[in-house]
Amino acid sequence: MKEQLKKIEELAKAELASCTEIKSLDELRIRYLGKKGELTAILKQMGKLSAEERPVVGQLANKVRADIEEALSEKLSALKASAQAAKIAAESIDITLPGKPQTIGKLHPLSKVENEIRDIFMGMGFNIADGPEVDDDYHVFEALNLPPDHPARDTQDTFYINDKILLRTQTSSVQVHVMETQKPPIRIISPGRVYRSDAVDATHSPLFHQIEGLVVDKGIKMSDLKGTLEMLMKKLYGNNCKLRFRPHHFPFTEPSCEVDIMCFNCGGKGCSMCKDEGYIELLGAGMVHPKVLEGCGIDSSIYSGFAFGLGLERMVMGRYSINDLRLLYENDVRFLEQF
Amino acid sequence: MNLSMKWLSDYVKADMPVKEFCSALTMSGSKVEGYETEGSEIKNVVVGKILSVVPHENSDHLVVCQVEVGKDAPVQIVTGASNVNAGDIVPVALDGSNLPGGVKIKKGKLRGVESCGMLCSLGELGLTKHDFPYAIEDGIFIMQEDCEIGQDIQSAIGLNDTSVEFEITSNRPDCLSVVGLARETAATFNLPLNNPEPVYKGVDGDAASMLKVDIHNPEKCGSYCAGIVKNVKIAPSPRWMRERLRASGIRPINNFVDITNYIMLEYGQPMHAFDLRYVEGAHINVRNAVNGEKIVTLDGVERTLSDDMLVIADEKKPVAVAGIMGGEYSGIMDDTTTVVFESAYFEPTQVRRTSKKLRLKSDASSRYEKGVDPMINVKCLKRAFQLVEELGAGEVVRNYIECHAKEYTPASVEFAPQWINDFLGTDIPEAEMTYYLNRLEFKIDDGKVIAPSFRIDIECKADIAEEVARIYGYNNIPSTEFRGVAEAELTAEQKFTRELQNTMVALGGYEIATFSFVSPRNFDRINLPADSKLRNTVTITNPLGEDTSVMRTTTIPSMLETLSFNYNNRNDKACLFEISKEYLPVDGAELPVEPQRLTVGMYGGNVDFYDLKGIVETALAKMGISDVEYVRSGNSDAFDEKSAMHPGRSAVILKDGTALGIMGEIHPDVQENYGIGTKTYVAKLNIPEMMNAAAEEITYKPLPKFPAATRDLSLICDDEIPAAELEKAIKGAVGKILEKVTLFDVYKGKQIEAGKKSVSYSLTMRSHDGTLTDEQADNAVKKALKALAAIGAELRA
Repeated sequence: MKEQLKKIEELAKAELASCTEIKSLDELRIRYLGKKGELTAILKQMGKLSAEERPVVGQLANKVRADIEEALSEKLSALKASAQAAKIAAESIDITLPGKPQTIGKLHPLSKVENEIRDIFMGMGFNIADGPEVDDDYHVFEALNLPPDHPARDTQDTFYINDKILLRTQTSSVQVHVMETQKPPIRIISPGRVYRSDAVDATHSPLFHQIEGLVVDKGIKMSDLKGTLEMLMKKLYGNNCKLRFRPHHFPFTEPSCEVDIMCFNCGGKGCSMCKDEGYIELLGAGMVHPKVLEGCGIDSSIYSGFAFGLGLERMVMGRYSINDLRLLYENDVRFLEQF
Repeated sequence: MNLSMKWLSDYVKADMPVKEFCSALTMSGSKVEGYETEGSEIKNVVVGKILSVVPHENSDHLVVCQVEVGKDAPVQIVTGASNVNAGDIVPVALDGSNLPGGVKIKKGKLRGVESCGMLCSLGELGLTKHDFPYAIEDGIFIMQEDCEIGQDIQSAIGLNDTSVEFEITSNRPDCLSVVGLARETAATFNLPLNNPEPVYKGVDGDAASMLKVDIHNPEKCGSYCAGIVKNVKIAPSPRWMRERLRASGIRPINNFVDITNYIMLEYGQPMHAFDLRYVEGAHINVRNAVNGEKIVTLDGVERTLSDDMLVIADEKKPVAVAGIMGGEYSGIMDDTTTVVFESAYFEPTQVRRTSKKLRLKSDASSRYEKGVDPMINVKCLKRAFQLVEELGAGEVVRNYIECHAKEYTPASVEFAPQWINDFLGTDIPEAEMTYYLNRLEFKIDDGKVIAPSFRIDIECKADIAEEVARIYGYNNIPSTEFRGVAEAELTAEQKFTRELQNTMVALGGYEIATFSFVSPRNFDRINLPADSKLRNTVTITNPLGEDTSVMRTTTIPSMLETLSFNYNNRNDKACLFEISKEYLPVDGAELPVEPQRLTVGMYGGNVDFYDLKGIVETALAKMGISDVEYVRSGNSDAFDEKSAMHPGRSAVILKDGTALGIMGEIHPDVQENYGIGTKTYVAKLNIPEMMNAAAEEITYKPLPKFPAATRDLSLICDDEIPAAELEKAIKGAVGKILEKVTLFDVYKGKQIEAGKKSVSYSLTMRSHDGTLTDEQADNAVKKALKALAAIGAELRA
C-alpha cells in the first residue's frame, strides 16, 4: 500500500506539472482526492491492514493528501498568475493617446492674483472689507484730507455723477467707511474696482483694481508698514525680492511713501523694462494722517495706523509678463485659457 | 519741473555724477523722472570759418565753400544757402556727423562737386530764433559767439547743459524752483547752500511817488510789492539767460519777460511786468471784480468776470486777473519806457477757483494755486532789479512799494523726538533730528519746530516725522512685525462668492472681467422696453465717451459684448462667467445699491438650452439651493432682460416664489444686434437672492439600510404638457417613498402621434422601515399612473 500511495503521489504530481489550465486542476483534484478518487479508494482498504501498519499508512496517506493538495494549490496560484499576466499583457494600450476631454474653467488672472493676495493677508489676520464704488465726495476726498479746492484733486481725473456723487478714484474710501463703523484694532484689506478718466491704452484704463490695506491700533509704527509689505512681497515674489521705500505724498497719509520692487528683469542694474531705474513702482503707502483718524472719530493721540494701496493690474501684468492692459478686459478665450 | 544743472550749480556745488544726484534726490523725496543732456543727439558738428565762396559750376543756386574746421586742411562744402560769406563763423556738420531727429550727414557729390559735410541752420541744430535772436530762421546760422574754430558746437553755443526732470508732489510747490531744489540738494548731500540776498544799486527815486497801490481784499492778497524801472531798453536777453530758460522748457521772449520767467523758475514766485503807461491814474487797486466786468487777457480772449474774482485794476479797468494772466494791452511792448514789476502773494484757493471758472490756466496760476512762499515777494523784486542792472535793461527806481495787508505767522509744531521715534519705529538721537531739520531750514525753538515760510505743507507732528524720516532715509527704518492678535474670517457673502467662483470654474466656465460702465445703446440692443426701470441709470456727467457713460443696471449686455468679441475673433466656442456688480438707483437715495450678479454666457460646440440649464442646476445645487422652479420668462415680471431672450426658450428661476435669476437662449434679433452668428445662451443669477435661498447647514442623512425598488415608466402625453408637471404628479402620487425620479428620455417622431411626445422616467423608491415588497412598489406606480392619467399622460403601449 505504501508503494501504491507513493505512486499516486508521483502520478498526481506528474500530471499537475503538465497541467496548463485552471479547470483541469479541478478534474485532477476530483480524480485523486475526491470521494471517489484514487486516494480515497486506497484508504478504504485500510481496514485490511494490521493494527501496527494502520497508523503508519494512515499517516503516510495523510501526508500524500496534504502534499497533493499543496501542489494543487501552488499550481493554481501559478496558473492564475500566468493567466493574469497574459491578460495584462494583452490589455496594454497606447498611453500616449490623448485623454478624454473634460471641461474645467479658469479664473481670470485678476481674480487669481487677487485671491492669492487675499489669502496672504487673511493669514496675517486681515479681514476683507467691501465698500461702494459709487460714493460721495466726503468718503472719497474730504474725509481723506482732500478738501474742496485741494490741488491734488486735479490729479485724480474723477468721473462725476453729480456735484456730490462720484465714482471712487481709489479704494482708500473704504478706509473711511471702515473707521466710521469699526473701532480699533482694525486690520483690513479691501480689493475693488476704481475709476479714473484715463483713455484706454496699453497701460491705462478708465477702470482698474486696487487693493487697499489699513491697520489701526495702539503703537502702530512705520516700521510695521515696512515689515508687512516686505512679508507680502516675499510671499508673492519669493524671498529674494527687494523693496525700496521712497518718500512721496498722499494727502491721507503722513509720512507717505511709494514702494518699488527691484526689477525682475535686470536685478537692479537698469534695463528697458524698469526705464533704467533698476526698480519698478509697486504701490503707495504711509502712516494714516492724524486728520483722517480724527475725522473718523479715532483719537490720534492714542491710535496710529498705516495704509497702503496696490494696483492689481500692475501686479498681474508683472506676474504673467502681460504687456498690454487691454487684454485683461477684452476676455478673449485664447487669453483666458492661459491662466 | 525741469532743472538746469548749470543753474543749480549757482546755489549748491552738486558735482557728483548726474545718476548719483538723481538717485539720491529721488530717495529724499524729490522724484526724478529722467534726465537729458542737451545736444546729446548732435555729434561731430564743429565751429567752422568760411574761407571762400565760389559759384557751383553746374548750378545757379548752389555755392562751393572752403571751410576751415580746425584741421590740417580746409574742407569743401556745397550749400544752397545764400547768406554765407567769406569770414563767417558757422556750425559745420562734418562727414559722419549726427544732427537732431536722427539725421546723419555723410560726404557726397552735389551736382558733380564733392561736399564733405553741411553748414547748419538753427533749425538743423534743434534751435530757434528765440535761442539766438540775432540769427535768421531760413539760412545758415552765422555765429556771433566767442568761440574757437574746430570747437565742438555744443560747448561753443552752450548746448551742453543737463536737464533733470522732477515729479514734484502737490505738497511741495517750493520745489518747483531752482532754489527749492538746491535746498533739497544741499539737505540731501549735506552741502552748503549759497542763496545770497540780491543787491542792486538803483537810481534815486521812490516808486511810491509814481504809483499808488491799495489792497482792498487782504484775505485774498496778503501782500503786493511793486517796483519801477525807467528808461527801459527792450532787447533779447543774454545767452546765459536764454540757455537756462531753454533748459527749463521756457521759450525766451525779451529781456523783461525773460526776467520775470527767470525769477519764477529760480524762486517759484510768479512775477508780472507791465507798462506803466497803461495804468490809468497810476493807481493799482487789488480788488474784487465787478459782476460783468470784462478784460481781454494776453491770449487775446475777452473774459467776463464776476465779483468772486480778484483783479489788479487801475482807476478805471482791470489790467490783470490776479495771479492768473495780465491784460492784453498792459504787457511789455517794444516801445515801453517804464516798467512796473509786480511781486505779490495771492491766496491759493482764490486763484484756483477763478482759474477754474474762467478755464484759464497759466504758469503763474498753477504756482499760485499750489501755494507760493508768502515771504519772498521783496526778495524776488530785488532779484528783478539786480537782473535788470546786470542786463543793462533800464534804470531801477531805488525805493519800491511794499504793501503787506496780512501778517504772516510761521507754522510751528511741537518738537517730540520720542514720539517721532515711536511713530517711525526708529531710534534716532534728538541731536541728529535737530541736525536734519536745520539742514531743511527748520528752526527748533523752545520745544517747537518752526517751519520756514516756503514750507506751506507743515501742520502737525507727523509732518515733522516725515522730514526726519526722509533725511534719515526711509530704507534705514527697520522692518518689524506688529503685535496683537487678530482673527480673520470671510463674511458670509465673501465665502459664498468665492465658492461660487470655484464652482463655475469646475463647471468649465472661463471667468471674465468687464467694465462696470456701458453704453446706454445696449438697452435698445437687448430690446428692453422703453419704460423699463433698467433704463434708469447712474449716469456719468463727464464720461470718456458714450460707450462708458452709464453704470450698468444689467450685466447681460457686458456678457453679450464679450461673447460677440470672441465670436468675431473666430473663437469657435466660449463658456464664460462673471461675478460682478450692477448699479441700481434707489428712489429717494443719493447712492445706488450695488448687488452682485453671476452672469453666465456660452455659444458654440452645439450647446443648447439644456447645457446652460445643466450648469445653472449644478451650480445651484452646489451652493445648497434645491427645489427650484423654472417658469417661462414670459410668465414672470422679475427680469426686464427677458426681452433679450427667445420667449419659448427662456426661463425665470424661482425658489419659493422668489426670482433667483433668468436664463435662456438669446433672441435671434438680439443675437444679430451683437453680431453673433450662432445660438447664444446667457443666464443671470442674483447673488443676494441665491444666498437667501441657500440651505444654511448641511445635515447628514443616514445611509439607507434597505434596498431600493426601481420602476421605469414610459408615458405618452400632449407635447404641451411640461415635464415639470409630470414630475409633480409622480411626486405627489408616490409620496415619501419616492427617493428619486429621473427623466431619461424624451421622444417625438415616428410611432408617436403628431402633437404628442413620449417621456420616460425612472423611479427609485425606498422605505426606511424595511425592504419594499414588489406589491408596495407596484401599488405606488399604479397611484402615479392614475395621477398622470388625470393630467392626460398615459402609459405608452
